[in-house]
Amino acid sequence: MYTELIKPENLVYTKTKVMTDKELSYCPGCGHGTAHRIIMEVIEEMGIQGETIGVAPVGCSVLAYEFMNIDVQQAAHGRAPALATAIKRLWPEKYVFTYQGDGDLAAIGTAETIHACNRGENIVIVFINNGIYGMTGGQMAPTTLPNMKSSTSPYGRDEVEMGHPLKMTELVANLPGVYYVTRQAVHKPGHVRKAKKAIRKAFENTAKKTGVSFVEIVSNCNSGWKMRPTDANQWMEDNMFPYYQLGDIKVDGLFVNK
Amino acid sequence: MKELRLMKGNEAMAEAMIRAGYDGYFGYPITPQSEVMEYLQAERPMERTGMVVLQAESEVASINMLYGGAGSGKNVVTSSSSPGISLMQEGLSYIAGAELPCLVINVQRGGPGLGDIQPAQADYFQAVKGGGHGDYKLIVIAPASVQESSDFVKLALELSNKYRNPVMILTDGAIGQMMEKVELFPHQPRWTIEEIKEKKPWATFGKPADGERRIITSLDLLPEKLEAHNTHLQEKYRTIEKNEVRYEEIMCEDAEYIFVAYGLASRICQKTIQLLRDKGIKVGIVRPITLYPFPKDILKSYASKVKGFFVVEMNAGQMVEDVQLAVECKEKVGFYGRTGGVLPTPEEVMEAFEKSFK
Amino acid sequence: MTEEIIIAGFGGQGVLSMGKILAYSGVMQEQEVSWMPSYGPEMRGGTANVTVIISDERISSPTLKKYDTAILLNQQSMDKFEETVKPGGLLLYDPNGITRHPKRTDITIYKVEAAAEAAKMRAPKTFNMVVLGAYLKIKPIVKMENVNKGLKKSLPERHHHMIPMNEDAISQGEKIVELVQEV
Repeated sequence: MYTELIKPENLVYTKTKVMTDKELSYCPGCGHGTAHRIIMEVIEEMGIQGETIGVAPVGCSVLAYEFMNIDVQQAAHGRAPALATAIKRLWPEKYVFTYQGDGDLAAIGTAETIHACNRGENIVIVFINNGIYGMTGGQMAPTTLPNMKSSTSPYGRDEVEMGHPLKMTELVANLPGVYYVTRQAVHKPGHVRKAKKAIRKAFENTAKKTGVSFVEIVSNCNSGWKMRPTDANQWMEDNMFPYYQLGDIKVDGLFVNK
Repeated sequence: MKELRLMKGNEAMAEAMIRAGYDGYFGYPITPQSEVMEYLQAERPMERTGMVVLQAESEVASINMLYGGAGSGKNVVTSSSSPGISLMQEGLSYIAGAELPCLVINVQRGGPGLGDIQPAQADYFQAVKGGGHGDYKLIVIAPASVQESSDFVKLALELSNKYRNPVMILTDGAIGQMMEKVELFPHQPRWTIEEIKEKKPWATFGKPADGERRIITSLDLLPEKLEAHNTHLQEKYRTIEKNEVRYEEIMCEDAEYIFVAYGLASRICQKTIQLLRDKGIKVGIVRPITLYPFPKDILKSYASKVKGFFVVEMNAGQMVEDVQLAVECKEKVGFYGRTGGVLPTPEEVMEAFEKSFK
Repeated sequence: MTEEIIIAGFGGQGVLSMGKILAYSGVMQEQEVSWMPSYGPEMRGGTANVTVIISDERISSPTLKKYDTAILLNQQSMDKFEETVKPGGLLLYDPNGITRHPKRTDITIYKVEAAAEAAKMRAPKTFNMVVLGAYLKIKPIVKMENVNKGLKKSLPERHHHMIPMNEDAISQGEKIVELVQEV
């Protein structure tokens, strides 16, 4: 009945060709799919599908290569920045990015993250922070909030016993090798638009060879948090955002005054 | 004209990396192999051939830089010594699983643990039996001289690419630190992008406009698919076992006893067999050059002809098990080893042999 | 011809570099050579030693227990290596700082006052070259022209202006070496 409306001139949205047709394996409501999509849209808009190599982590997004229609290497847990370092050094004209979760980037891969940042590798690091280990079933992450419950902190994260949530993004911002640091979200359209702009800026930066561009996306994990998707998003706004404040931290190598 | 130099084993391997056309070296300092990266950095390989050299933050990072570099189609190499190689085992398993060609050099030192920095051969099991998790094999080559240290760096580039398999050069602190005459091989150019496209169409250096995207991974969540991949790997290893066995026979024609030793131990045994032959005892050496694939057929062929085998290693007895398997217990297999970085002397090896076969 | 040599002394006496120059001289005349140092913590200040083998044939073990020649440059080395000289072999030493002189009667012994000579030449760093000259006088296993080439190859370019001084030290060593005992 509406078939006469399906015409090119009426098109308002189409999935980028830089995403594959594979169904996403993420839980409904999860931010990963949106994060994947905006990175792939940026790659399409910049016309660099054939010039980009992605490095996938271990964690929920271990299968990112199933969905990203670009060349991808899947790294050992935490080692994505090491792979990306070598790929970029050996192919200096290509675009190289890592896509990592909080366990991968801020726990087991801390050394690789800090040192790739400190060397000022000309890569993009996309850091998905949902404060929990999703893939293995909801264990405490380095970024789990104080008193937040997880399967390995069932009575809440006790900061004295279990340490404090790690603000990796603020930490790497202090390194001179890091040129652009920003914290974004993808749970609402306005946030998605901002996050995509940030990703675009990050990719454009690497062509300038000015060092690492680091984009954190604060995201949800309704399965790990044991909440309905909408509740998870609300909980994220109420609890994650105050601790992990959204916005630019460092732009063009300079700290942003707030 | 021949290019003759007096070089340390470590320096010869570094020079060979530049000459063989490697694209990248990633490493972390550890005694007794730090001269490799020191030599490379001093030589400005970026200016000489465009080769990338990077000091990583750890051996864990180095091996994963190899994984990235090799996955993107480049010919890459790292070197380390025993404790550092232990740190690399996870990465090696990934590299073997993803079938990426690269070279890892282990300049062995005494262990276990931090051990010492003197030469040893105690990482044999780790090198040839796995080390990391899962069913996989490295091609393992053991030089016994500075000349071979140089030549095998080039050989490793060929073998690793021929089989899409990581190669390990298993050497030791003595061969790394000692200087010998070495004839350098001529420079061969690094692979061009066209060559990489042709020879490594699976590599991730940007999706071809008219082709499928490439994925480098060792993950296969479906057991049946993973088993099929394992079957493929095992078939490849059988081919390697058929084609790539390398060994040297020294004075074996009339030998009544066969020494089996590799690397520095084989050099020490060469002196021992001179001493024994001076006494009228007919002894020879079978020197495995490839430790995997192991030269078991040649050893088996001697099993019915000789009175016994004598294995000498700088460890508590590792390769000796492979020799026993190879000769199927048809003959006595004696053993002598020193551990902890102590080098056996030719004389004490002779005494141990005489005691074993008196 | 195969010559198996141990050179031992204090770190800093130029033991390793003397061995290297000798080995490089062998390479220059296309002989087989090996140079096997003691390495690691030993190198840093304590005693240093190096095994040098020069041969017309392929070299077997680069580490040995018995030597054709021992060049011993301090007391610890004398204590450790005097017994390792093969019967009929050669022991060359610098008596400077030696309180217990060699006792073996079945080997040839030479001495060279290398430390004193180098001091006299106001070039203490050429000490090891005086010793090398003494050794090559006794056993001219490598030609002097190849030693000169070996020097050039072993020394970094920035030290090449010191080559004439080293050559002088070598000829000085040839002159002052003294026979102590012949077998």
